Amino acid sequence: MSADPLILARAQFGLNIGFHILFPSITIALAWILVYLRVRIEFANVPWCKPAYRLWVKVFALSFALGVVSGITMSFQFGTNWPGFMSKAGNIAGPLLGYEVLTAFFLEATFLGVMLFGRDRVPAWLHTVSSLLVAIGTSASAFWILALNSWMQTPQGYEIIDGQLHATSWMAVIFNPSFPYRLAHMMIASGLTAAFLVAGISAFQLLRNPKFEPARRMLRLGIVVAAVLTPIQIFVGDQHGLNTLEHQPAKIAAIEGIWETEKGAPLMLFALPNKETRTNDFAVSVPKFASLILTHELDGEVKGLSEFGDMHPPVAQVFWTFRIMVGVGLLMLAASWLGGFLLWRKRQFPAWLLRGFAALTFSGWVAVLAGWLTTEIGRQPYIVYGLILTADTASKVPAPYIASTLVGYALVYGLLLVSYMVVLTQLARKEAEGKGREEPLPGAVGQQVL
Amino acid sequence: MELDLPLIFTGLMGLAVLAYVILDGFDLGVGILLPLASREEQDMMVASIGPFWDANETWLVLGVGILLVAFPHAHGVILPALYLEVAAMLIALILRGVSFEFRVKASGWHQSMWNHLFFVGSLGTAVAQGAMLAGLITGFHEGGLFIAFEFLVGAGLAGGYALLGATWLAIKTEGDLHVRALRWSKAAVFVTGAGVAAISLATPFASAGVMEKWFSWPRMLWLSPLPSFTAAAFAGILFSVKRLQSGRSKKEWLPFVLSVWIFVFAFAGLAYSLFPWLVVDRMTIWQAAAARESLMFVFVGACVVLPLIVGYTVFSYSVFWGKARSLTYGE
Repeated sequence: MSADPLILARAQFGLNIGFHILFPSITIALAWILVYLRVRIEFANVPWCKPAYRLWVKVFALSFALGVVSGITMSFQFGTNWPGFMSKAGNIAGPLLGYEVLTAFFLEATFLGVMLFGRDRVPAWLHTVSSLLVAIGTSASAFWILALNSWMQTPQGYEIIDGQLHATSWMAVIFNPSFPYRLAHMMIASGLTAAFLVAGISAFQLLRNPKFEPARRMLRLGIVVAAVLTPIQIFVGDQHGLNTLEHQPAKIAAIEGIWETEKGAPLMLFALPNKETRTNDFAVSVPKFASLILTHELDGEVKGLSEFGDMHPPVAQVFWTFRIMVGVGLLMLAASWLGGFLLWRKRQFPAWLLRGFAALTFSGWVAVLAGWLTTEIGRQPYIVYGLILTADTASKVPAPYIASTLVGYALVYGLLLVSYMVVLTQLARKEAEGKGREEPLPGAVGQQVL
Repeated sequence: MELDLPLIFTGLMGLAVLAYVILDGFDLGVGILLPLASREEQDMMVASIGPFWDANETWLVLGVGILLVAFPHAHGVILPALYLEVAAMLIALILRGVSFEFRVKASGWHQSMWNHLFFVGSLGTAVAQGAMLAGLITGFHEGGLFIAFEFLVGAGLAGGYALLGATWLAIKTEGDLHVRALRWSKAAVFVTGAGVAAISLATPFASAGVMEKWFSWPRMLWLSPLPSFTAAAFAGILFSVKRLQSGRSKKEWLPFVLSVWIFVFAFAGLAYSLFPWLVVDRMTIWQAAAARESLMFVFVGACVVLPLIVGYTVFSYSVFWGKARSLTYGE
């Protein structure tokens, strides 16, 4: 078997970064929810917040640990998998990652220890500040990594000297054209992921114990956050799409399955893009709607894939990942507004709706992964859009090395994902059944502070 | 005067790696010692490192981060050359890191599985890092003899981490576990000593340049304090542990501090052997350095932020000062 090292390297990096992104997309927003609960506990002494915090801080600690270990893996895989990227674009990528380590990683990692285990060792205000610093750290981390990711999509503020990129303006590098849109889109995505996780787990708890007050409150919190954020996300996503149309028209053409430039382009609801015939098979479409969405005019012109020769992303993949993301988004809108309506009218939640929310527990993950695949595959064949080809940056590591370690990572990540979900369910069940209070460990020294 | 930024960043990277090896070294060492203890003691051992491991591991990200930021050309040579060793370390680090969480949150037989993986991950990380070090000092040799050397360095480093871990536990624990930690410290001294001696003797044979740097007159004279101090630190640990065991001394921190000194001396020796090469006999720090404007941008940030990081790291250790207690999230 002769496997292509480039494909293997991409599969390995994609697996790792895809696994990694699951956990920050929970912790970025969950950190702020915990700050909210902490403040309610310390300064208003709200009774239901304590058991709610007890569960969600555990979920946070677990998610954070999974994010950390897969993040460390990423910092090494930049070098092991894409040495050409570092030697050509390292002058720009390096400092952005460096600032992430210096301003975010140490902050969140250090204060996480105080936040998790320091409640009985520091004053209440200092403990709350520690939680706040963890939240600031996770958000700062998102700021830097999205600055780099956006720069790879819409590079600016550089010059090329002897085949290497050099920064001419750091402000231009960081605040590149797609950065504000991508940052807003990702932060809201994290909010939605956490909101549906909270709502889903709480719904699961209510199905087991309908009288469990903390779950009722947390379900409410999750639904309200989701109902507010979903429409905002749809608006931001639309703006992000217009920004992409301006800077990466090939990506949009692939997403919409538009092979030839046309005015009044139809919106494909269903199609199987065929790269051989360069047409869509079995297309179901709404006339002129793609033009309406993209140019906000019925007869607006949309560039087709044929304008870009071979230098456009694979069509079928981004066509479908994009539709999965939008589909999940619409599902989120329906669920959160229905839930919001029942809350507003103070109606009981029927069991089928609770089951529905429980089923949507990890819906944020699906949307985030689909959206991430859309934007990253949509950048191909470039690693830095328009400047550096992905194929030119891969390492010369032999394919069997990559294949064997790929299998190793896949096994470990599979184990972790299953364990994560099992443990989450067990923790939630224990709380709902009133067994959540920690018993001191056998042989433990020192007192328990409640 | 122009700042020699590549030299400054080499210093910073060295400090980050040294900080990593000492800080994550003691918590990896505790993980390596885990199977020697009873289930209750294991909980206490993990409690002594629980609040710190995450921040400790961040020094590794900083180390590889500086390699990436300041020396992108070397980053692209070193990491692919150590591909399998790096992958082994990463998988081991993943298992170790998540075991902190899973070993207390899982239930039933899962719990003991994560306890085993905690140990496997800690030991695997140490051995893989030793193998990476072996690759660095030999300039990435290949073949059976080299693989044997990789495992030798790996065993030495695992012994060193166990020494840091045992002496750390001597500070952080009481009663039975404290007594056993002292015993582990003594055993670890011998493993580490053998490892350091073997690596010191093998390294000059792996590289002619290193041989020349150490074994020529009068350099030998200037360098002689380094091995002498290292030997004295080893003897000091044995002596201070003995005094603690017999109750003649209360200085529980002394063995740990002396273990740290062993790492500092060994690190200084390695740094002297390698400097100014990043890839032995192929790429110096100046050849591998990033563009000046990139280094300057990070340098300014590092000057502001690094003192803050050191400050709040000290704060975090002071919060958890004293004997370890069982870990609870409080309410």
